[in-house]
Amino acid sequence: MKVVVFSTCIVDLFFPNVGAAMVEVLERFGCDTVMPKKQICCGQPTFNSGYVVASQKTMRNEVDSLLSIDCDYIVGPSGSCVNMLHEFRMHLADDPEYSKKAEILANKSYEFTQFLYRVLHIIDAGAELDAKATFHRSCHMTRLLGERTAPFVLLDHVKGLQMMPLPHIENCCGFGGMFSVKEPEISKLMVNEKVDDVVSTGADILIGADQACLMNIGGRFSRRQLPIKIMHVAEVLNSNVDMSRVRYADTPAAV
Amino acid sequence: MGISTTTTPFLTRVKESEKDKFMQQAVAKAQDAQWDKREASRKELGHWQDWRKLGEQIRQHVIHYLPDYLEEFADNVEKRGGHVFFAQKDTDAVEYITKLAKEKQVQRVVKSKSMVTTEINLDKELLKIPGMKLMETDLAEFILQSDNWDEPTHIVFPTLHKNRDQIQKVFEKLGYDGDNDPTHMARFAREYLRRYFLQADMGITGCNFAIADSGLINLVTNEGNADLTMAIPKTQVVVMGMERLVPSLKEAEVLDNMLARSAVGQKLTSYCSFSGEQVTGESDGPEDLHVIILDNGRSKALGTPFESILQCIRCGACLNVCPVYRHIGGHGYGSIYPGPLGAVLSPILGGYDQFGDLPFASSLCGACTETCPVRIPLHRLLIKHREVMMDKLKMDKPTTREIMKTVGLGTGTPNLFQMALEFDHMATRMFVSKKPTTVQNLYNHEGHITWAPSIAKGWTDVRDAPRPPKHTENFRRWFQNFEESKEAVRHGK
Repeated sequence: MKVVVFSTCIVDLFFPNVGAAMVEVLERFGCDTVMPKKQICCGQPTFNSGYVVASQKTMRNEVDSLLSIDCDYIVGPSGSCVNMLHEFRMHLADDPEYSKKAEILANKSYEFTQFLYRVLHIIDAGAELDAKATFHRSCHMTRLLGERTAPFVLLDHVKGLQMMPLPHIENCCGFGGMFSVKEPEISKLMVNEKVDDVVSTGADILIGADQACLMNIGGRFSRRQLPIKIMHVAEVLNSNVDMSRVRYADTPAAV
Repeated sequence: MGISTTTTPFLTRVKESEKDKFMQQAVAKAQDAQWDKREASRKELGHWQDWRKLGEQIRQHVIHYLPDYLEEFADNVEKRGGHVFFAQKDTDAVEYITKLAKEKQVQRVVKSKSMVTTEINLDKELLKIPGMKLMETDLAEFILQSDNWDEPTHIVFPTLHKNRDQIQKVFEKLGYDGDNDPTHMARFAREYLRRYFLQADMGITGCNFAIADSGLINLVTNEGNADLTMAIPKTQVVVMGMERLVPSLKEAEVLDNMLARSAVGQKLTSYCSFSGEQVTGESDGPEDLHVIILDNGRSKALGTPFESILQCIRCGACLNVCPVYRHIGGHGYGSIYPGPLGAVLSPILGGYDQFGDLPFASSLCGACTETCPVRIPLHRLLIKHREVMMDKLKMDKPTTREIMKTVGLGTGTPNLFQMALEFDHMATRMFVSKKPTTVQNLYNHEGHITWAPSIAKGWTDVRDAPRPPKHTENFRRWFQNFEESKEAVRHGK
């Protein structure tokens, strides 16, 4: 099956390791990945800041670019950005041409763990990682995209990985896109509590499915000189893979 | 007090809140405790998402037919012998009540907790009448009044920012000589307030729901003070926001159920009463009832994208889940309506000049939208406010607008983004810190960034940033190489 890689601007700008891990995992499970070159960003930086007119151009570019290659699915390493692709239906509703395209786009788009769990029905990706870790549940992926299960199932099956429950898992890390740069005073209070909660678990690694949240929390780890590693879930699922360990769900999860 | 609780600028308030570690701990503790109680009580009811849809339908229906329900309700209040006054502005409502108090030569007023009377600054206006004594009878409001009219920090738990020792000190001024045991202090307040109840000649309450088809006022409390306020004084004033209606008792039952679970995590509050003008043969209840229906800016939301904020039933659940409220507390917002609901409502009632900062004080995490029992899309309304302020009113600073224009161009023009990917590594060279980061995998490519100028300074004020990789090592290039090797394998090379 042909899969378009929705790279996200954060990964393009800062984190080649995350994009590479996602592509390697997808290819391992039989996906033929392709990447439309003109894609940039889902439009949240401007849209969420109130520059809705400017965001329209970004959203249209993303629609055209992601649909420029005929494919079965579109997969991205961020619950928040993928949710925004889904929301294009709402934000481009006044434009007859693009609202139709937005519908097609939404129906094909999945967050990475969601795709593995709900489309490929994988519960064990065959990975092994000998570490103690905790998971940051990102807000948009949970509340807006509605994906609460997939990353937990996949991480629970990683050999050697001990997952610690994170206190206040429901609370935002204080990233919030432009919020983090425009309201640093409030954002700092939020990320500090998140860092304290991660520290309290005793985990060596903080895993997440949204790299922007990890960049925020990890950046604060760095400022506070804490030796905690950050890892995108794709990197974890790409660690020491043994295909004989791969398992699929007996009853496929609903899409 | 009015809607605004302060003249201090927003950023100063945030910094004051940051220093107030006691408040932060108190709010966090209350949020965590409420989280468990609320979710347990909703789970116990079952089918919570269906209940939310029903709650939303009821509220949307009322707002849609608001003029009709207002008319029906007013007619029914009058049929029972009560009076109805439509107040367009806060001053209209205050003037009516003040005049009434003077006419009736009222000397002692008892009040039960009501946000809308705080909104119109009623207490302080009534106290201007010579000889007037006024008592807030809700325990928390009583504490605030006794503490020289301290500002409320929550719409359901107004004294969330005070602990038992602080309350003990407040009560000592009133003659309390006991310890800091909440039971002892509550008993003291109860006896203290009871004397006022028995002597009161005017009672003032808010209104949780106004029942259109019967003209009854629905009040819910855990202390019973609203019921005493309604039952004892001969003259009764009810002040309600114009959107507080439900068609009949049937809908009130649904909403009371959801309100109690959402506000305090209870199946129902200890007291839930439906009352109106005293009818023949009844021994209690007011002989003279006045219902003041207040607009005060609410109608500005009708027919706009903000209309759904009028669905709000003031449960405060959005405050209890909000990570921003958790850290800056009620005082941080500078409005009597804090939290996500307040950040949406305050600019509508009080304008953008005064409350324009509030819609930006959100990470848009959506916890408010998720918990709202009547499904108000709160985080979307915050974005809507931002859109009105930026795109329509152009309230941003010119520098910010230029930066955001650049962000818009960069994220919407493929060639520009390609250029950014080419040069971002080089461009950040002068900001690179030589000190190694303690964090593995923060993509520590030839150093990370601990200080950046302009808008990025907001980021580096709080946390380090990764440095963009060289253009030969970014994800696009990685994928290109990957594709080429895949192609080579495919062709058997």
